[in-house]
Amino acid sequence: MAHLEVRGVTKSFVTPWGTTRVLGGVNLAVENGEFVAIVGYSGSGKTTLVSLIAGLLATDGGEILLDGAPVSQPGPERGIVFQQYSLLPWMSVYDNVALAVDAVHPDASASERRALTEEFIALVNLTPAAWKRPRELSGGMRQRVAVARGLATEPKVLLMDEPFSALDALTRATLQDELLRIWSVRRSTVVLVTNDVDEAILLADRIYPMTPGPGAVLGPAIEVALPRPRERRHLSLSPAYQKARQALVEFLRNQKRLDGPHLSQATHAGSGLALR
Amino acid sequence: MLPLLGVAGVLVLWTVVSQAVAPDLPSPLRTWQESRRYILEPFFKDGEMNQGIGRLVFYSLVRVGKGYFLALLIGTPIGFLLGLSRGFHQAVDPIVQFLRPISPLAWLPLGLVIFQKSEPAAIFTIALCAMWPTVINTAVGVRGISQDYLNVGRVLKLSRLRMLTKIVIPASLPYVFTGYRLSLGLAWLVIVAAEMLTGTPGVGGFLWQEYNSLVYSHIILSVVIIGAIGFVLDRAMGLVEARFLTS
Repeated sequence: MAHLEVRGVTKSFVTPWGTTRVLGGVNLAVENGEFVAIVGYSGSGKTTLVSLIAGLLATDGGEILLDGAPVSQPGPERGIVFQQYSLLPWMSVYDNVALAVDAVHPDASASERRALTEEFIALVNLTPAAWKRPRELSGGMRQRVAVARGLATEPKVLLMDEPFSALDALTRATLQDELLRIWSVRRSTVVLVTNDVDEAILLADRIYPMTPGPGAVLGPAIEVALPRPRERRHLSLSPAYQKARQALVEFLRNQKRLDGPHLSQATHAGSGLALR
Repeated sequence: MLPLLGVAGVLVLWTVVSQAVAPDLPSPLRTWQESRRYILEPFFKDGEMNQGIGRLVFYSLVRVGKGYFLALLIGTPIGFLLGLSRGFHQAVDPIVQFLRPISPLAWLPLGLVIFQKSEPAAIFTIALCAMWPTVINTAVGVRGISQDYLNVGRVLKLSRLRMLTKIVIPASLPYVFTGYRLSLGLAWLVIVAAEMLTGTPGVGGFLWQEYNSLVYSHIILSVVIIGAIGFVLDRAMGLVEARFLTS
């Protein structure tokens, strides 16, 4: 049995205009220590899937298992990094991270908890800004805090919901490299949701394309056969990168063609293809 | 410069009205002459009802302070409960909406019946009238807390108490303080009515007594002082509010 299993999960939302079936039977299996990415168009249901795994939403059908136990509510063993950071603006960087550390180590001594908090802040290189408030930080720094907070509960799986999509391209690249470094140190299990094909290939071991909704499902997994540690600079020349990218874009474009007339939007291949 | 022009305009209008329309209304000059002592010697005391303006304001402020404090003490938790619990909201919100528009003039006799003394009746009235902005703003603030913040607490499985102290209270604080500021304004509004009806020493009591003794210039003195104090209180509360929001 896999570490995290999503089996035939469905989810619909009731709106004033009728019921929208967002997810139509999603299957996903993630092994311990694996970095898995889910790539799809905006609005296809990626955030819904993350919220379901996090337990912030309840599934309509199917089941989600973490180490064999069904997920029914949120919990710190499934850490989450939100797209919009969701830092608490009335707390310093330190206190935002400490909130997470304290939540999972209620019995630890104050000095142990402080050491842990400082460790996670150092992990994302924010020690000099530890006493600043979120509004004093740039977008990139805020998202580092969110990553530190997500890791601070030492979750069994870290869910990342388009974590870098609100950042400018340069900052995004820096943070992707940072995440690569952090992951190589900690080897946490990560499920990353993104609309950035290159981001997924750079970071993930395995990529699931998501079909555009309604009734989104995950396509066949695409293995990224790139050795680690990975370097952004050499990436685009490697045949493994080209192969993964081609398979991914092919699948998503074919899906989009079945879906409607927005075909041309996703065909601009370049540095940083994003699906919108 | 322009605010001074506005004041000058009011003084001119006041003079014209006192000369041409209402001969009983003292002119600005007469008002100043007859009120000078109250302002220049603000702490003299010739009798229970004949005291310098500093003393009168002090009595009123203490009374308002007590009633206002009581209003916050009762209003804040009710506001939080209204915002947090759907059941409590359904049970209590109609009562809040029903009690809110009742005038202080209506509450005061009831307070006198309940407490049999003018001082607690006045404080009761101030508290009852001033608490509604606090109740309503707190409830709105709590109900409007971003789901993102609440999700952070849910993922971390914070206890109810930590959820309250770490997320709900700080997130709703800006609204709560707006409520506090509006409540203070109302409390000061009510003090005059309360003192007039109970005849207790204070700015409002002084105003009513001078009306009865036909010293009309002192009514104007009282009105100006009431306005000035209200203005200062609102500004002071605004400063406290701004401080809380930026810290």
